[in-house]
Amino acid sequence: MRRKPLRPLAHVISAREQGENPDLIEARERAKRNQVAQVKTRVRAENRLLILGLAFIVGFGAVGGKMAYLASSTPAEPKEYVAGSQIINQRADIIDRNGNVLATNMSTQALYAQPPLMVNPKKAADDLYLIFPDLDHKRLVRDFTSGKRKFIWVKKRLSPEQRQRVHDLGEPGLLFGNREMRLYPNGKLAAHILGGTRFGEEGVRAAEVIGVGGVEKYFDDMLRDPSLDGSPLQLSIDLTAQSATRQVLEDGMRYMNAKGASAILMDVHTGEILSMVSLPDFDPNDRPRDAIKGDPSDSPLFNRAAQGLYELGSTFKIFAAATSLEKGLGNPDTMIDTTSPMKWGKFKIKDFRNYGPELSMQDVIMKSSNVGTARMAVAAGSSAQKRMLKDLGFFEAVPVELGEASRTKPLLPKNWSEISTITISYGHGISATPLHLATAYAMLANGGYQVKPTLQRLDTTDAKGQRIISQQTSKQLMSMLRRVVGEEKGTATMGEVEGYEVAGKTGTADKPKPSGGYYDEKVIATFASVFPASNPKYTLIVSLDEPEIEAVGERRRTAGWTAVPVAAEIIARVAPILNLRPIAQKSQITYTSSNNQ
Amino acid sequence: MRILIYIMCSALVVAVAYWAYTENYTTQASNRRVDELHRQIAKENEAISILRAEWAYLNRPERLAELADLNFERLQLVPLAAQHFAELDTIPMPPRQVVIPNNPISVASDGGKQYP
Repeated sequence: MRRKPLRPLAHVISAREQGENPDLIEARERAKRNQVAQVKTRVRAENRLLILGLAFIVGFGAVGGKMAYLASSTPAEPKEYVAGSQIINQRADIIDRNGNVLATNMSTQALYAQPPLMVNPKKAADDLYLIFPDLDHKRLVRDFTSGKRKFIWVKKRLSPEQRQRVHDLGEPGLLFGNREMRLYPNGKLAAHILGGTRFGEEGVRAAEVIGVGGVEKYFDDMLRDPSLDGSPLQLSIDLTAQSATRQVLEDGMRYMNAKGASAILMDVHTGEILSMVSLPDFDPNDRPRDAIKGDPSDSPLFNRAAQGLYELGSTFKIFAAATSLEKGLGNPDTMIDTTSPMKWGKFKIKDFRNYGPELSMQDVIMKSSNVGTARMAVAAGSSAQKRMLKDLGFFEAVPVELGEASRTKPLLPKNWSEISTITISYGHGISATPLHLATAYAMLANGGYQVKPTLQRLDTTDAKGQRIISQQTSKQLMSMLRRVVGEEKGTATMGEVEGYEVAGKTGTADKPKPSGGYYDEKVIATFASVFPASNPKYTLIVSLDEPEIEAVGERRRTAGWTAVPVAAEIIARVAPILNLRPIAQKSQITYTSSNNQ
Repeated sequence: MRILIYIMCSALVVAVAYWAYTENYTTQASNRRVDELHRQIAKENEAISILRAEWAYLNRPERLAELADLNFERLQLVPLAAQHFAELDTIPMPPRQVVIPNNPISVASDGGKQYP
């Protein structure tokens, strides 16, 4: 661009000729130039404003557009990616002490219907009834065709085959929801321990699974706690031992014509329950409904081992002997008056047969003399008896991890009179569960320490608490109990198992009538045993409800003929499974024991 | 000069935008892949849990006992009993094997004598 000078020479000369001030020309030119510059600046400023405005419009437009998009779109959950995070099953598994699965989960599907979406509701109802004959056909038709129901659960669990068949119906109003199902692969095996589950809150996509009995209920919170990362719950149960116990007990129950049976196998040093069976039992995969009418103890859901309160009879006699020994009132050879009948006020205490004027303490236990035990209890006094039974846990519910057990308090006499002391000494007038008995025998056997029965596997081999009887008393009691089985005159000679030094005490108690009094021909036969006697490891309680057997030409109901042989068979089967080496007998030199230190 | 700067700047913007978009897309792609892998892991886990359940079901003691009975002739399995325990002392020691080398070599310290 060519610049125009401020003082053009031609103008200046002509101005000078006319006598004008040439400065004016410069001023004029300058003014002109300024005007042009002003216009230019203005235009530029206007353009800038325009661009800036556009930029703002674009900027705010973008923000506004994004906001509009966010407002109109469906929100998505923010996702977090953590390395190594895994999908956790809804409910933790339950395993036995060796890691075998006792309870796990399976995914399955539930079927629901939405009648408004249906093409042909009547046909859908008919077809469903063909696939599931257990459904109520009339109700199905009514629900589908009434038009009132918008949503109906049809079936809570489907097998894959059933799902396929429903799917093949091609009915758009029949839909599936994912479900997690609890599975107990061993069926009835540990039914009462595991309990069972049911669906809680149900949604279309998932349903809550909640425990309704056994450890499933007791540990419900723990099993559902996601922070535990699905780590399984390990029980103290030994699957193989449990299976052998159940099998033998079931055969024994049938053979002895009993109505029910229970068995508990417990480690005497830790209180771990290795096996607990109650028959009849049920399949936790298909848990029956709680019995509403009738005697709840007749329901298969009833856990005889932990819930059944029974008078356990002569198995209690050893507690009287323990009290006596602890009080220093004698030793196993002290002679005790057994003149039968013993008169106490208006009561008469009689023995099964007359044992003569006196017996030593160990013979009182061996022959199971009521009179002898009563005399020992009277000599020791009722306060000592109470203290002993309290220490052994007979005053409280068993603190085991079962809701059923913690609700079962022993029945004690309201007024602990002298006659109560006498009858309780031989196991009448007090009702406790077989689990109480197992715990008490474990305490007597382990050297005299309290143990807490548990269903959880402990990592220690010794969980003893406070001492309640001396080591010496414990040893003496074990040798007395050993004589009950080992000696020819004992009441449990059928309980002998070669190599396992079984020690124990029988108990046969008449069953109480609901109307009061006792049945003559219905008994609870119990055998409480400990093995091996020289170094006790396990205690086994076997209890049969109303056993009756024809043997040696006579009808027999006593524990010695019923519960004892069953217990012996259980010990013979289970002890080797628990890796318990047989102890050498005098006649056998081949075997020596590593347990006999 | 100015023009050059403008051009370079625009080129830079285009290049950076291209880079940003590619990164964005690769991120989205890997997110999708992670999702897919998570789904796969969940599927595998489910399969594992089903297999575990099946394993436990097939190994239930009741069934194993039945199988042992069915195959008694072949396997002769009986329940474990006390008689099955043995002491280590009652087992005879395996006969000691004396190793005779095939190619005896001369021992230098022995005056180079050849042993048979």
